[in-house]
Amino acid sequence: MRPREIKPPSRVDNQIIASLIPPGSRVLDLGCGEGDLLDLLVREKNVSASGVEIDEEAIYKCVEKGLSVSRLDIDSGLDDYPDGFFDFVIFNQVLEQILYPRRALLQGLRVGRKAVVGFPNFCHFSIRRKIMFKGRVPVTPVLPYSWYDSPNLHFLSIKDFLEFCRAENIQIEKKFFLADGRRIRFLPNLRAQKAILLLNRP
Amino acid sequence: MMLPTASKKETSAGAGWGRVETRSFQLPKPHRLRGGAVLAEPVVAYETYGKLSPGKDNAVLICHALSGDAHVAGFHAGEDKPGWWDRMIGPGRAFDTDRFFVVCSNVLGGCRGSTGPASLDPATGKPYGLKFPLVTIADMVDVQKRLIDFLGIKKLLAVAGGSMGGMQVLQWGVSYPESVAALIPIAAAARHTALQIAFNEVGRQAVMSDPDWRGGDYYGRKAPARGLALARMVGHITYLSEKSMERKFGRLRRRKANGRGFTEEFEVEGYLRFKGGHFVKRFDANTYLYLTRAIDHFDLSAERPLVEVFRALSRHRLLAIAFSSDWLYPPVQSKEIVKAAKLNGADVTYCEITADYGHDAFLLEDVEQSRVISRFLEVTYRKNT
Repeated sequence: MRPREIKPPSRVDNQIIASLIPPGSRVLDLGCGEGDLLDLLVREKNVSASGVEIDEEAIYKCVEKGLSVSRLDIDSGLDDYPDGFFDFVIFNQVLEQILYPRRALLQGLRVGRKAVVGFPNFCHFSIRRKIMFKGRVPVTPVLPYSWYDSPNLHFLSIKDFLEFCRAENIQIEKKFFLADGRRIRFLPNLRAQKAILLLNRP
Repeated sequence: MMLPTASKKETSAGAGWGRVETRSFQLPKPHRLRGGAVLAEPVVAYETYGKLSPGKDNAVLICHALSGDAHVAGFHAGEDKPGWWDRMIGPGRAFDTDRFFVVCSNVLGGCRGSTGPASLDPATGKPYGLKFPLVTIADMVDVQKRLIDFLGIKKLLAVAGGSMGGMQVLQWGVSYPESVAALIPIAAAARHTALQIAFNEVGRQAVMSDPDWRGGDYYGRKAPARGLALARMVGHITYLSEKSMERKFGRLRRRKANGRGFTEEFEVEGYLRFKGGHFVKRFDANTYLYLTRAIDHFDLSAERPLVEVFRALSRHRLLAIAFSSDWLYPPVQSKEIVKAAKLNGADVTYCEITADYGHDAFLLEDVEQSRVISRFLEVTYRKNT
């Protein structure tokens, strides 16, 4: 099992994701961390929630919140479920940390009727500027790690992800691009620090 | 001499239960085993802690492992060692006796008060020995169900146990799904593997090759202590891990070791000899054969895939706990349980606890276990009342 960095909960992200999920849904949160999102979904949406997380301490925190979670590896945990077992599979701030994101996402969209994906945009202008003028891979509030101790294995932009969805025939139902916690629509690949997308497979 | 308590940590919370005594329940009717044999007057030894609520909705059954008994917590009169899982059971502990009514019984086939091969056969007035019928994990659970009925409990809040106890937990979910709300299998398996059977067989051969065993007919004579002690030594190796043994013993020598012959030289030898010698004082060799056989026969997926066997668990809660260094009942076996329960829609939590103690961790790692079990029980109680 690889160690995983648990990111501090973001209220804005969680509220947006919660707004996408109808009450009573069956939800699987992959890389659920300490369970803040699941806790919100259980309390406000009465969802049937389960989480998967690799970090031991985070698992205990989830159990203390009364959540049902499993200490498993995302890269291997999805194959067992039949098609459409969950209403929603959530990948929030986790795709960049797993070994085979394509495989996991396609599996997520198989076992879940829909998927919610949230990730940091590596082509935000502040990052581009630092690479351009300083010649260094930047450490930012959204990507706060130096290369040598980063849990992030993959770096992607909003444009990269949208292209991936086109190539894999994944439908994007809703898009949220966030800059400093506010939703933006204009030039997201340059201006947004994070993206949250609601996906399905036609 | 390294005592078995050397590695134990301080109790996680609360004062202990205090004085307790083992009681006996004789089944009102003859009991038919799954294999067809009938036991005329089977007795179940059990202990209880805490108070059964007026709604009888707070009962938790603890199932013991191979060498355990009904004395799971508190102290017997005149003894200074508490029950085998005392650090988990008591006021304010994981199984909080201020809130829950905890029951633990000695398994059928056991030698600690329940009917087993050392008991008197009413037909002959002599100990059963090998005339005692083979028992299964399902038989143990059937008898526990009779005890629970006798105590007036319609539905258990939870059944919990480690190792062979975890097998009984799973069997409860399969045999009596309507009589239990939550299952807590710890370091368990739904199916005994070839490796696990192999270790049990070495233990049985050790017992049976002791001339004092006499085909199981040794009651009233010298017991096959050397064979049973040897079986226990082998067992103990499988309960530990390389890391815990290395840390505890390394290559430490006994003080009087002269290094010239085959007397006790290394500390680890002394430890195993102590464990073996201690075990034979309180355990019956035939029970060792019967219980290891029951474990070997345990395979919930013998006839159907586990996911089908767990069909009735769609509304149950399940907390599976495994330990990273447990190579006897490794986490992968708990994951199979977790997977099959999840596919049926059960409300599942799986904790793999990082611990160096090997299989024995379920008896030793009480801090993390307490954390998850106490909260899991609390939520289970809230959802069921």
